[in-house]
Amino acid sequence: MKENIENLKAEVQLEIPNITNLKQLMDFKVTYLGKKGKLSELASEIGRLANSEKKEAGMLLNDFKNFFNDIFETTQKRLEQVALDKKLEDEWIDVTLPSTKISVGTIHPLTLVIDEIEELFISMGYDVVEGPEIESDLYNFEKLNLAKDHPARDMQDSFYITTEMLLRTQTSPVQARTMDSNKDKTPIRIICPGKVYRKDDDDMTHSHQFTQIEGLVVDENISVAHLKGTLEVLVRKLFGDDREIRLRPSFFPFTEPSLEVDVTCFKCGGNGCPLCKQTGWIEILGAGMVHPNVLRACGYDPEKYSGFAFGMGAERIAMLKYGINDIRHFYVNNMNFLDNFDRLEKEDTNESK
Amino acid sequence: MKVSKSFLNDYINIKDKDFNEIANKMVFLGNEYDSITKISTATNLVIGKVITRSEHPNSDNLSVCMVDIGDKELYQIVCGAPNVDKDQKVIVAKVGATLPGDFVIKKTQIRGVDSNGMICSLLELGIEKKYLSQGDIEGIHVLQSDAPLGVDAITYLGYDDEVIDFDLTSNRGDLLSMLGMAYEVGAIYGLDVKYPNNELKETGEDINSQHKLEVVTPNCSMYLAKLVKNVKIGESPRFIKNRLMACGIRPINNVVDISNYVMLETGQPLHFFDADKLGNNILVRMANNGEEIVTIDKNPRTLTENDIVITNGKNPIALAGVMGGFDTEVTEETVNIMIEAAIFNPTNIRNTAKRILRSESSSRFEKGINKEMTLFAIQRACYLLNKYANGEVVTGLLKHDACEYLDKKINITLNHINTILGMNLESIEVANVFDKLKFDYQIEQDQFIVSIPDRRLDLTVKEDLIEEVGRIIGYDKVVGVLPISTMKRGTISPKMQLVKGIRKRLEALGLKQVITYSLISEEMSDQFVNEPKELVRLDDPISQDKSIMRNSLIPSLLNVYHYNDARSIKDINVFEIGSRYYMEDDNYIETNTLSGLLSGTYFENKWQNKKMDVDFYVTKGIIENLLDFLGFNNRYSLEVVPLKDMHPGRSASIKIGLDKVGFLGAVHPNQSNRPVYVFELDLDKIMTIKTRNVKFKELSKYPSIHKDVAFIADKHLNSSDIIKVIKKSGGRLLTDIDVFDVYEGPNLDKNKKSIAYSLVFSDPTKTLTDEEVNVVFSKIISDVENKLGLKLRDK
Repeated sequence: MKENIENLKAEVQLEIPNITNLKQLMDFKVTYLGKKGKLSELASEIGRLANSEKKEAGMLLNDFKNFFNDIFETTQKRLEQVALDKKLEDEWIDVTLPSTKISVGTIHPLTLVIDEIEELFISMGYDVVEGPEIESDLYNFEKLNLAKDHPARDMQDSFYITTEMLLRTQTSPVQARTMDSNKDKTPIRIICPGKVYRKDDDDMTHSHQFTQIEGLVVDENISVAHLKGTLEVLVRKLFGDDREIRLRPSFFPFTEPSLEVDVTCFKCGGNGCPLCKQTGWIEILGAGMVHPNVLRACGYDPEKYSGFAFGMGAERIAMLKYGINDIRHFYVNNMNFLDNFDRLEKEDTNESK
Repeated sequence: MKVSKSFLNDYINIKDKDFNEIANKMVFLGNEYDSITKISTATNLVIGKVITRSEHPNSDNLSVCMVDIGDKELYQIVCGAPNVDKDQKVIVAKVGATLPGDFVIKKTQIRGVDSNGMICSLLELGIEKKYLSQGDIEGIHVLQSDAPLGVDAITYLGYDDEVIDFDLTSNRGDLLSMLGMAYEVGAIYGLDVKYPNNELKETGEDINSQHKLEVVTPNCSMYLAKLVKNVKIGESPRFIKNRLMACGIRPINNVVDISNYVMLETGQPLHFFDADKLGNNILVRMANNGEEIVTIDKNPRTLTENDIVITNGKNPIALAGVMGGFDTEVTEETVNIMIEAAIFNPTNIRNTAKRILRSESSSRFEKGINKEMTLFAIQRACYLLNKYANGEVVTGLLKHDACEYLDKKINITLNHINTILGMNLESIEVANVFDKLKFDYQIEQDQFIVSIPDRRLDLTVKEDLIEEVGRIIGYDKVVGVLPISTMKRGTISPKMQLVKGIRKRLEALGLKQVITYSLISEEMSDQFVNEPKELVRLDDPISQDKSIMRNSLIPSLLNVYHYNDARSIKDINVFEIGSRYYMEDDNYIETNTLSGLLSGTYFENKWQNKKMDVDFYVTKGIIENLLDFLGFNNRYSLEVVPLKDMHPGRSASIKIGLDKVGFLGAVHPNQSNRPVYVFELDLDKIMTIKTRNVKFKELSKYPSIHKDVAFIADKHLNSSDIIKVIKKSGGRLLTDIDVFDVYEGPNLDKNKKSIAYSLVFSDPTKTLTDEEVNVVFSKIISDVENKLGLKLRDK
């Protein structure tokens, strides 16, 4: 028996290198360990052995089983690996071939600018407020210290619908509406974005429809210093932390004092370049302290309250931020134009910052 | 407003100041400027004398001149001007001179003859045509015979005068005069203002003995008139012409020029009548409706009752503040002049000027006239007419004065100034500001009592004075700080939250947000509008294509489509959120609307031959995805109804429950050459439909059973009708249903289709048995067969 087992082991070792796939291996196993396999053949001989030899023969058979299983497992692992390698090899693709193009959604650059400004001011406790685009002369002009026939009305040529109704020329009527409707005349902090309309012919820098965003704060003891501090936060959010602003006196009927606000050029840092026309400064928004006539017209006591307001064109901000040279791009909506804005902007990699 | 340095220097001593510096300091006083230039920027021009002139050998139109410019030698210069001649004093551009436009004079040959320079016309010096006489436009400029040889011609002519072109704010009417400018510049440097000479030698009988003035309208608060006799019309002295030119006014003759000159000096517009055509009466009144006058531009003008007119007692002879009348115009033959200096109601002037003509005069009247200057101005004009036109000033003055003379005072405390500016100024600093501005003031305790000079009509309230302090001190001294206020949460409205959410979702679904114009054309205005309303129309549009506020966004989106399509951009998947506008019961309605347009490919991989073109079902998928996102799962449906400008077989209205909230589908083929899909959702309506808050639904722990079934149906039967029956029969155990096959073609009748559904059954409380499912499944089949008359399709 011992000799038979040894022969069987030698046979297994001789044949195993010829097995090249898992199917063969399984057949091989059946040949040796199957019900009618070679091991069963030997086992059937045990009955004919003397009792004293039976035990040893049993151990020998068991020993072969272990021997076979070890070889089987090793081989199985090896063949599985070979099969996997083959499968992976077969599944090779050229990863450099073009990808599937999926329709790309984008957000309009004016919305990006408005959203950025809104989020900043919401974080400082401002409410975002909207108002009608078809506005009354009362709110668009008269409550804003622009009586009928005021010469300053020439600054904003308007689309009238009737003598009393027009397309708003500015988002300022939202300020008047907010102050007016605040029955308790409590402090106000709002930001008002929206479409406005002026009777201009469209060209590179003019558009009969454009987007304004205005801010208004009314409280006790509000000062020019507060306005300046707030605008510093705004321009640094939009154009970078090392931006400075300067205030120049100006005139708007609804503010007194009125100011133009310039920011240090974010392209040259203030040294002078074509963008800032060699001045180092770029005019960016208008602002001022709310005129007492406006406060009064909206039910606020100018002896108790003061306020500041500021307003800017979203188009101008977007043109400066993104280097857009023609305002008409915003309203023509060339798909290739819109694709420019299809990316996340990190604040620290934004060149305009 | 253009200001020349030499002109301004007559009223404030700035000779030694850099004019650029003045301009830049003025910016920080609130007075922006567009440019700083000189009357002429030419260089290296000298005065020369033409010694000889001969015909050019090779040209009929050219002359060859030998010119003395004070050097040892004479220069040979070829000249093309018809008027050049021997013994003339002329302006010579030497070799190396530059003329405006970076034109450098070089030694050259003209038709074979050497030319060492150029004899110049004023046009070549950069003087605009509108300022020049016909002679100066056609030929070279001939100087007076006493012009010194070899001297710089630009300096001699006074064309080196610098000019700042200010872009002034509309409140500063006071700066439309040299005296006003002098006060403003004086505030920078603390300099005093000098008034020009207005001393008069009057002669003859008092004007009031012959002439009568009557003012019968309150819209003329002051009217002064003086008579100057025996004027000699001629050319103005060069300094007056130069200064008018520098300020943008065309010199005409000494008399007309003086009226403009005094207006520039004082800000008080004057009008000169030919006294002999005027008669003896001046009556100022409101015009009658329909009354006519021929103005100096020879145009007949029809007047309204809001126009102020000067009349001779009967007929209008001038349109007050705007334009003189043709009949009483000063001409070359005029001998006696009646000067008017008046103050008219700014609103009347503004409205008349808007209708007739905006002029230098009317713009000053509109902004308000300093009544302290009116008498001064008329005297100054008399003085100049005497000096430069030999006029004899007649004694006395016709005078109407209904002005109120109130001492205008504003009281303000130091504390108030500091509170509004956010500064810590000392009393002396504020006092210094008022000193610089030449405002009289008293200090009582903490209070400044400031007398506002009449020239500053823009100062009426405390805040105006605060601005004066701010701008003179300089806002660069203000240190920015954030306001200290009560903490509160910043909010946006539910409407804006909805809009922002929709934008994000549609962006994620591959749509680009666009923004288009609200104003559209008449022909676009009824497109895609299913419920016609009264439209919002502009009273006076700039063009017909922008005359109506849109009541649908889709025509604008189609414009975007056509624009891109014309540029070979084929994948156009866009949306816009904006207002539709219309009128209802005399109210202006703005409805917040979402519209989209899809055309082309939704995704594509060419080399794999994989492609999904946008079609009705992609569009529907986007809408359903969005409505699910907004919380309307299982609550919306499509209803096929006729829709304006839409494909009748490929469009439907969208309903949430019973509410119509919009529509979707293919646009009618006559609107586009390629398939274009659009949708519209009424966001205001959607806002009013309640939705539940997000709530987690327990996941089923038990396995589900899947069953497929197919029916033969009429081609035009909607799947939703079948699903309705299946759902009803399936009850609670039927948890999902989907269409997995629709087939038309061989093996089926021509008007039939096969439609196959996969059904999912599950019970959240237990494992379902086949028997239980089969009962339900059989009921579904028999219900569909019985209720809809469909046949089960054989397997």
